Amino acid sequence: MHGEYRYEPKNGFMKWLDSRLPIMRLLDESVLQFPTPKNLNYWFTFGGILTFMLAVQIVTGIVLAMHYVPQETMAFDSVEHIMRDVNYGWLLRYAHSNGASMFFVAVYVHIFRGLYYGSYKAPREVLWILGVIIYLLMMATGFLGYTLPWGQMSFWGATVITNFFSAIPVVGDAVTQWLWGSFAVDNSTLQRFFSLHYLLPFVIAGVVVLHIWALHVPGNNNPLGIDVKGPQDTVPFHPYYTVKDGFALAVFVLFFAALVFFAPNLLGNPDNFVPANRLVTPMHIVPEWYYLPFYAILRSVPSKLLGVILLFGGILVWAFLPWLDTSYVRSARFRPIFRQLFWVFGVVCIGLGWCGAQTPDHVIVDLGPNMTAINAAVDHATKAGKTPEEIAAVQKSAEASERVTFAVVDLSRILTIAYFAFFFPGLFLLGWVETPLPLPESISKAVLGTRGGAASGGRPLEQRG
Amino acid sequence: MITIRRKKGLILAHSTDDASVTRRDFIYVASGTMAALGAAAAVWPLIDQMNPSADTLALKEIEVDLASIVPGQQITVEWRKKPVFIRRRTPDEIKQAEETPLDELKDPQADSARVQKPEWLIVVAICTHLGCIPSKDMKGEYGGWLCPCHGSQYDTSGRIRKGPAPNNLAVPAYKFLSDTKVQIG
Repeated sequence: MHGEYRYEPKNGFMKWLDSRLPIMRLLDESVLQFPTPKNLNYWFTFGGILTFMLAVQIVTGIVLAMHYVPQETMAFDSVEHIMRDVNYGWLLRYAHSNGASMFFVAVYVHIFRGLYYGSYKAPREVLWILGVIIYLLMMATGFLGYTLPWGQMSFWGATVITNFFSAIPVVGDAVTQWLWGSFAVDNSTLQRFFSLHYLLPFVIAGVVVLHIWALHVPGNNNPLGIDVKGPQDTVPFHPYYTVKDGFALAVFVLFFAALVFFAPNLLGNPDNFVPANRLVTPMHIVPEWYYLPFYAILRSVPSKLLGVILLFGGILVWAFLPWLDTSYVRSARFRPIFRQLFWVFGVVCIGLGWCGAQTPDHVIVDLGPNMTAINAAVDHATKAGKTPEEIAAVQKSAEASERVTFAVVDLSRILTIAYFAFFFPGLFLLGWVETPLPLPESISKAVLGTRGGAASGGRPLEQRG
Repeated sequence: MITIRRKKGLILAHSTDDASVTRRDFIYVASGTMAALGAAAAVWPLIDQMNPSADTLALKEIEVDLASIVPGQQITVEWRKKPVFIRRRTPDEIKQAEETPLDELKDPQADSARVQKPEWLIVVAICTHLGCIPSKDMKGEYGGWLCPCHGSQYDTSGRIRKGPAPNNLAVPAYKFLSDTKVQIG
């Protein structure tokens, strides 16, 4: 740590406590007085927001579990019971279901902030990998929770996701039956999913403690991406960042509240208002919005095993980012080409999300008749010795059905390649090719706008609002 | 050279370095091994409890009456919590299934290996991609089934022809009890 500050107990009782359980020392040194770079912008407030959202999800979840019944004949009805009969049940459930969405909004901002400012680079690799683990746990928890209302989309979402494991060679079927506790998604599946959905948030909380611990060893990264050089570059976390995080949280909660009170079903799927039916698959299965890019990657591959590998690879590749990015400069502010690639990558991710929400056959552009196929059909008919009328009919039907199209699945393929190419060879080669801009001498000089700092360090903090 | 032996002379551990291996080292390794085995034995019930339970396994066989099914019609029955398609194929569908060259197939299997009586096709109605139920209303390009989830297409023998699914629709174990009655399972 950068500061010289050490906790001093103020009175006799605090001295007595400090020598037995130094909890106030921990709080004071690692939260209140923790030396934090003085130039953090609002993108750095999402860690605090995420901690708050985890608490919201745990509190609302514990309360919902007092009314929910994890049993296949009663689950759907118990959710309706919560919505209609339980006091404030509608509020608790909508806060929980939309809270999951807001949790993912915050985590995506947090991840992309880390990407932009190079927060994954030495010495923060372990911090970053712990973050990827938290994200994976969040995805698992969100998926398990979505199963619980036991609507059509719950049931078939669970079926499709658990079937990922059937792609494993040899033991795939045994593994999926073990996950289900049956030969299909079933009551036993629902009950274990409920148990695990209750467990995982506490596992997340545990990894969050490690994440914060790993953050407090090197200290925060900052928008300039340069190291803190001394006390002149930092301010105590309290009151400076407790207030800044608090303000950002208040604004974030405004959006959360708007979603809960004015559009609680905006991100839901109408099919989930239909109770689960194991004999009918909905015509159009879509996961929750926060999984859509990965779903598009899965569907872009015509092979089952490879599709599943790429889906998980698309998440795991983030864990290798500290080594895939070969540049020594952290912040995108000083990496002109990276900065542009970053935004292209953002568009690729959103594009994949859009693809994930469409049906794969959905035609984006119709490029006109497929002459090769039409000619082949006509040739085939001619060789079969058909009459000119029959051949004309064949040609007409071929012209109607054989089109060259650019469909969602084609776009998904291009975007999937772009997604992986960003990491490798993109970032890998960029570190050698790119000439970074000159770095400011120190955080404090850049912030105060003295020459040399401001000229290369972007605008001073005051103007950034 | 030190060798640890039981009375009958079975070598349990030995080393060329006299000073480094003692009776205590042996006890460490032995107790550590026992602890690991004990932990594994304790963990196994925790893992195996998630496998299908006895009552689930007991849902083994069902009998289906076929008398009311007309050619070209298909019914869906539930077996082991899974839907099963029973389709009474038309002569055209049988011909199409039988005449398909095996080298056109992703998972090559002759139609005769998939049916006991050519008229009756019985398959587990679960797409081998990610477990959705293929739709009989959208027959797809091959006259069988099209899976709405990710676009896999099956022919009139339930064989995979197009799309991401790796295998043909599974054929469950079944036997005809009479001309109009079949037992699945």
